[in-house]
Amino acid sequence: MDAIVELEEVSVIYGPGARPAVDRATLSVARGEFVALVGFSGSGKTSLLKTVNRLVEPASGRVRVEGGDVTSLPAHELRRRIGYVFQGVGLFPHMSVRDNICITPALLGWPKDAMRARAADLMDLVALPQAYLDRAPHELSGGERQRVAIARALAAEPKIVIMDEPFGALDPVTRDALGSAYRALHDRLGLTTLMVTHDAQEAALLAGRIVVMDQASIVADGAPATLIARSAAQGMFAVARRQAERMAALTQTGPAP
Amino acid sequence: MNAQFAAALAVLPEYLGAHVLLSLAAIALGAAASLPLGVLAARNGRLRGPVLAFASLAQTIPALALVALFYPLLLALSGLTREAFGFATPALGFLPALLALALYAMLPILRNTVAGLDGVDPAILEAADAVGMTATQKLWRVQLPLAAPVVMAGLRTAMVWTIGGATLATPVGQTSLGNYIFSGLQTENWVSVLFGCFASAALALIADQLLGLIERGAARRDGRRIALGAGAFAAAALAALAPLGAHATGAYVIGAKNFSEQYILADLIARELRAHGLASARREGLGSAVVYRALAADDIDAYVDYSGTIWTNVMKRADNPPREKMLDEMKAWLAAHDRVTLFGALGFENAYAFAMKKSRAQQLHVATLDDLSRAAPDLVLGADLEFLSRPEWTAAQKAYALRFRDARAFNPTFMYRALVDGSVDVISAFSSDGRILADDLVTLADPRGALPHYDAILLLAPRRAGDQKLRSALEPLIGAIDLDRMRRANLEVDRDKDKLTPAEAAARLADGAGLAKR
Repeated sequence: MDAIVELEEVSVIYGPGARPAVDRATLSVARGEFVALVGFSGSGKTSLLKTVNRLVEPASGRVRVEGGDVTSLPAHELRRRIGYVFQGVGLFPHMSVRDNICITPALLGWPKDAMRARAADLMDLVALPQAYLDRAPHELSGGERQRVAIARALAAEPKIVIMDEPFGALDPVTRDALGSAYRALHDRLGLTTLMVTHDAQEAALLAGRIVVMDQASIVADGAPATLIARSAAQGMFAVARRQAERMAALTQTGPAP
Repeated sequence: MNAQFAAALAVLPEYLGAHVLLSLAAIALGAAASLPLGVLAARNGRLRGPVLAFASLAQTIPALALVALFYPLLLALSGLTREAFGFATPALGFLPALLALALYAMLPILRNTVAGLDGVDPAILEAADAVGMTATQKLWRVQLPLAAPVVMAGLRTAMVWTIGGATLATPVGQTSLGNYIFSGLQTENWVSVLFGCFASAALALIADQLLGLIERGAARRDGRRIALGAGAFAAAALAALAPLGAHATGAYVIGAKNFSEQYILADLIARELRAHGLASARREGLGSAVVYRALAADDIDAYVDYSGTIWTNVMKRADNPPREKMLDEMKAWLAAHDRVTLFGALGFENAYAFAMKKSRAQQLHVATLDDLSRAAPDLVLGADLEFLSRPEWTAAQKAYALRFRDARAFNPTFMYRALVDGSVDVISAFSSDGRILADDLVTLADPRGALPHYDAILLLAPRRAGDQKLRSALEPLIGAIDLDRMRRANLEVDRDKDKLTPAEAAARLADGAGLAKR
């Protein structure tokens, strides 16, 4: 297996004397995989994710990206090679949509023409009208803003994209649409994606592999179908399953008189 | 048009130019110091407390005191540079005012820079890191642009404060719109005071609006607004610089303390110089302690002081020799110690003198301090705020065994009112005060010579010691002004009705004394 992201015995500790947020987690992600990191709040999934682009520095353990240790080059150079999408969206309010999308290429010193062409392509890719390029972020809806954030993460043609609750703040319809759209992009562009979510259903529907974290440790790791049946992940998936069953029952019996 | 208003309008370009230049320079310096400091403080928690505390502390010092405090500081620095590099940095005028105002401008800029940087949404900072910005790129591309509106608000506050505060530059010898206010307060010329207040308020409003224009331009990324605002500031600075260049070329700088007589005498000196084809500039409203040191440091070229002041304050002498001996000794001492030239006495004294209403003096048969000594136990003395703690009072008390029924201290204006309405019988007056004429008072003779002499003397700066053109221009002033003429001129400026400007009073004084006619 061609591992593109490797976490080896990674621990994260915030401040001296604190309990580890991540306790000796080991995880290997193959090129092209779509991995969902799931778990309850405080399980350490976001901390683990952020060690990949060094937004969080591990207290111990090693993180390798594309075969090299992440500490072997400056953090900003690493981050320019990894797309990042998060719930906070974080579009720069003082820049146009175009400038937001082109920020990493600009930092990398791409020529202007190349950036213009890239911005236009990306708008098609995330299904936004070209006219939006010259708008300010605040003129867009929540879903549109998150599409721009995805375009920004993909702008410098990264091979790896990490996502932290990327669709968490969106309404269910938009969330479903955007999730499916991203999954299609992942396949089309041959990306490797790590996505943190607390929503087991979303994880099961989008990811090819689910890693379950609980109390700072990885407790389960496998394909959605096998994992749902396994005891370690029961808690995570019980709610999702019960909701699905109730929905199914409702559609069978029809509305109450 | 009102004569006082016309006179105020005539000097507006000079005052306004100096004011604009000082304010802009102070804001620029203040911003240049506090922006980087604000960025550092926002990044470094340990630095933040001390930096903000320092700026707040500077703010709590009254602006006037802050300006004044920089003078001795710069004087010491000037001494150091003279020893180290052979030239003295100016201690008076532009520099102390600039430093004090810049310090004053720092707090709002600093505080808003920190607040602005703190206020940036953490999600945006995380995004900036995640897209691969270095710390410097994050600062310039994200943090500063997003903090800019808050920083700008601080800058606008600082601008308004600085333009208001720049009026306080006058007492350290920096021309500003404050010249209207300070000279107006001294000569009770309310037109001048109001003119200065309105001019500085209008200037502050205009500058604030221009900054607002730049701010809106920046927010809407509208280059035209930014250019318009910035262009207006640049034009103002250029316009302010233009007369300065013309001024700086070899004009004689005449100093004046902060009361009417000094303004009149400075105008009189300027007239004499003009009559001899010499250009002059003015440093008015200087503090009594500041003006002599400014002369000794060549910051000003000539001014009129009073022999008793120099004798006690500069020479630190406590004895009271006869007039001629005092002037001779003083001339030698000043030349030896500070290379200052005592050019001569103008002919009148502005000394402490005891004054009474003429009618009351005649009724009590009091003409001298000896007579007063006899009548004093039944009389009430009115004094100005410092007289009762001055050596003159001690000396007079001792020489004449003066014991009054009561002694009260007043603000000078109220002291004269109290004498006129009979609440007090005798006052401590200044012998050349115009109110002695106006209120029909007499000053009492001092046969035992207890009160020191305060001859008006013309002093020249070290660098002008051998200046024959200046000397021959000033020669006619020596001995030309008697006490009565000076009192009249002071009265013309100080009175409430038919007030003259100091320049007009100086013109009349020159006519009366047979001096040059322009």
